Amino acid sequence: MPALRDVSIDLIPGEVHCLAGENGCGKSTLIKIISGAERPDSGEIIIDGVSFDHINAHAAIQGGIQVIYQDFSLFPNLTVAENIVLTAEVAGGRRLYSARSVRPRAAAIIQELDLDLDLDREVGSLSVADKQLTAICRALVNDARAIIMDEPTTALTHTEVSRLFALVERLRARGVALMFVSHKLEEVLAISQRLTIMRSGQRVVSGPTSDFDQRSISHHMTGRQVDESRVVSELDASAPLALEVSNLSLAGAFRDISFQLRRGEILGVTGLLGSGRTEIAEALFGVTPADAGEIRVGGEVATIRTIQDAVRAGIGYVPEDRLSQGLFLNKSIADNIVAASLNSHRTRWGMLSRTATAATIKRFFTGLKINAPHAEAPVRTLSGGNAQRVVLAKWLATAPTVLMLNGPTVGVDIGSKEEILELLRGEAGTGMSVIIISDDAPELVASCHRVLVIRNGRLTHVLDGDQISVDTIQERMSA
Amino acid sequence: MDLVRKLRGTNNEGVLALVLLGLIVAMSIANPTFFTLNTGFSILRSSIVPVIFALGVLIVVITGGIDVSFAAIAIFAGYSTVTFCLSAGFDPGLPGIFLIAIAVGAALGLINGVVIARFNLPTLIVTLGTQGIFFGAMYTYVGATYYADLPKSMADLATSNLFDITTDIGRAYLHVLVVPVLVLCLAVGWMLKRTMFGRSLYAIGGDIEAARRAGFQVKRTQISVYMLVGALAAIAGVIHIVLSRSANPRDLVGGELDIIAAVILGGAAIFGGRGSVTGTVLGVLLVQVIKNSLLLVGVPSAWLRTAVGVLLVVGVGIQAIAARRDARRMRVIQDLDTEQKTEQEMAS
Repeated sequence: MPALRDVSIDLIPGEVHCLAGENGCGKSTLIKIISGAERPDSGEIIIDGVSFDHINAHAAIQGGIQVIYQDFSLFPNLTVAENIVLTAEVAGGRRLYSARSVRPRAAAIIQELDLDLDLDREVGSLSVADKQLTAICRALVNDARAIIMDEPTTALTHTEVSRLFALVERLRARGVALMFVSHKLEEVLAISQRLTIMRSGQRVVSGPTSDFDQRSISHHMTGRQVDESRVVSELDASAPLALEVSNLSLAGAFRDISFQLRRGEILGVTGLLGSGRTEIAEALFGVTPADAGEIRVGGEVATIRTIQDAVRAGIGYVPEDRLSQGLFLNKSIADNIVAASLNSHRTRWGMLSRTATAATIKRFFTGLKINAPHAEAPVRTLSGGNAQRVVLAKWLATAPTVLMLNGPTVGVDIGSKEEILELLRGEAGTGMSVIIISDDAPELVASCHRVLVIRNGRLTHVLDGDQISVDTIQERMSA
Repeated sequence: MDLVRKLRGTNNEGVLALVLLGLIVAMSIANPTFFTLNTGFSILRSSIVPVIFALGVLIVVITGGIDVSFAAIAIFAGYSTVTFCLSAGFDPGLPGIFLIAIAVGAALGLINGVVIARFNLPTLIVTLGTQGIFFGAMYTYVGATYYADLPKSMADLATSNLFDITTDIGRAYLHVLVVPVLVLCLAVGWMLKRTMFGRSLYAIGGDIEAARRAGFQVKRTQISVYMLVGALAAIAGVIHIVLSRSANPRDLVGGELDIIAAVILGGAAIFGGRGSVTGTVLGVLLVQVIKNSLLLVGVPSAWLRTAVGVLLVVGVGIQAIAARRDARRMRVIQDLDTEQKTEQEMAS
């Protein structure tokens, strides 16, 4: 299947064009083609009326096209000034370099955009927002006339986002054409004049942003009316506590985290990238143990120094990057399903019981509706949603007291997303306690009894009942 | 504060200079024969070859790679040049000898570079392999004979001193080859700081993918780097033969540890992107002074390797710990920033 089919998009000076779509819809491939990193099979790229059937990275920069990647592509070991001018020097074919003579150019751009950046600081020591500003300055030094920003707001706080948007307005005034790639609907609506929505490698719709609202955008992105309504079971207030965490701290990551989790409860843990939400989960799972605090599982104190400790205590964890951390990609679905629960499939003599494993595999393969020809197929061949179900099956087979899932539906299509959440609700119904670590507010609203908000390593808010709404979560998360 | 930062240097060169100074003072107090022109000149003389090697290693380390084949390249280039001259019975003069050796060294470096850049292989393993290949090839095709007599131009150079001073404890020589080493240091320093090629080395070492996106010719640069290391190694090889006044094919290989330790102690980051000529030279001097002092205080020479090994581990350890501490401190600073902002917002 081609990654892109017959996609057209126009960038106009002084206009912000938003490109929206779900993960894997072809957005990144489109950017790669425009920036010259990848070659299209057919079609044309027209810069100022000149048509190209493909361009390379060098030609793209010369044509005034600049991409600001999600990772910014900056050099952490060089100063802000050098980062800003270096690519322009390369593009200009220079052989010599003088730190003193390029400095004024970097300074001029910073002044023009009215930014507060220390030219002599090493980029590696800057905050995410300042790194982004450095990347923007670099684009402008290269005489960028079209700037493409890939998911620019993912790691920014609320204030930083508004500062970025103010800067975008200034760039617009300079006559720069901007393309914003995003899947955050509110942002799309706030910043852009024009909108193109893609789905499965095709352009679904394109037009002035004023013609759209959140509902119609999500409809176009997913191709169906998305049911993200809140379905939460009534929680028995007298249900015993499954997990108690008190004053958990890890230097440089999080401080004084305390919360309780009841049997059958689904708890959301949210926060920005780098807020410490992942570190907390990894501490509970013994990946990077906390250096202070107490963890009780089922009322008993659990000392968790290693992953083995956590598994023994009854904690399961589905990591963020499941492809590298949660699955044996070249092994079969069957092997992956029983990978974490081999001990419970032993015969009396300590051998692996074939009948017991076969039963478990069958139960989960059919129960989780894993869409594959048979359970012997390697996991590598599965789509994101199905691979995620295999990871889930692996941990469900260990029958943990507490199951933690980090970004359980990242890179999963909307349909599978609903089903995975439904599955978690089902497991919680049978008495398992679930922790969902996620920054996807709608997902948290749809499934969680309570939501913990983590900011700068501290637990800042506990939301429950009516407080749980997309708006409140996003607001509390990034204030 | 700024002055302190400046004196400390971007790669802690200042700290290193202080350690070196401290060591010299301590040694001079412990053993008066240490603080003499004779010792100074002999340390400088023994640093000539290591400094040239270290410049080569510095260049690779900045790009985030490592080359452990430089000693094999050095002896291959130097020894085969001497063999060629002796067996052909003609002396092309010093420039000719250096040119032949550099050509051989660069060619061997080209092999490293092409294998590494073309197939995208781990640099340590490739150069470990080529080290064996180069060494074996030299034994098989060039020979393993020890030559006690060098071509005349080399033999003459061996006895040329810049200074020849008689002090009360004997004569102190400063070898003339200190001059070309100084020139090489300045040239490499200038290249790293003032040419786009030099900056591209730091860029590649900082983030290779970003360097590619910025339009640097990453593969071509990598190949040039290994050729440059080969050329520098060849110069060091010839100089080593000149200084030892004989061509022994068993020399140099096995001494890589000293050089790599010196470069890392000199502040070059083993993960790439950092390093300076000043730091590297200080690192080499520190290793040489330590080895010299250990001998003077009567430590058996067998322990020298141990000492240098410890230095290497300490050097890498300091880097790793400093990096971790910086990462933590940064988080704390951001933490405070945000807290202050939130408080201000709440107040207003």
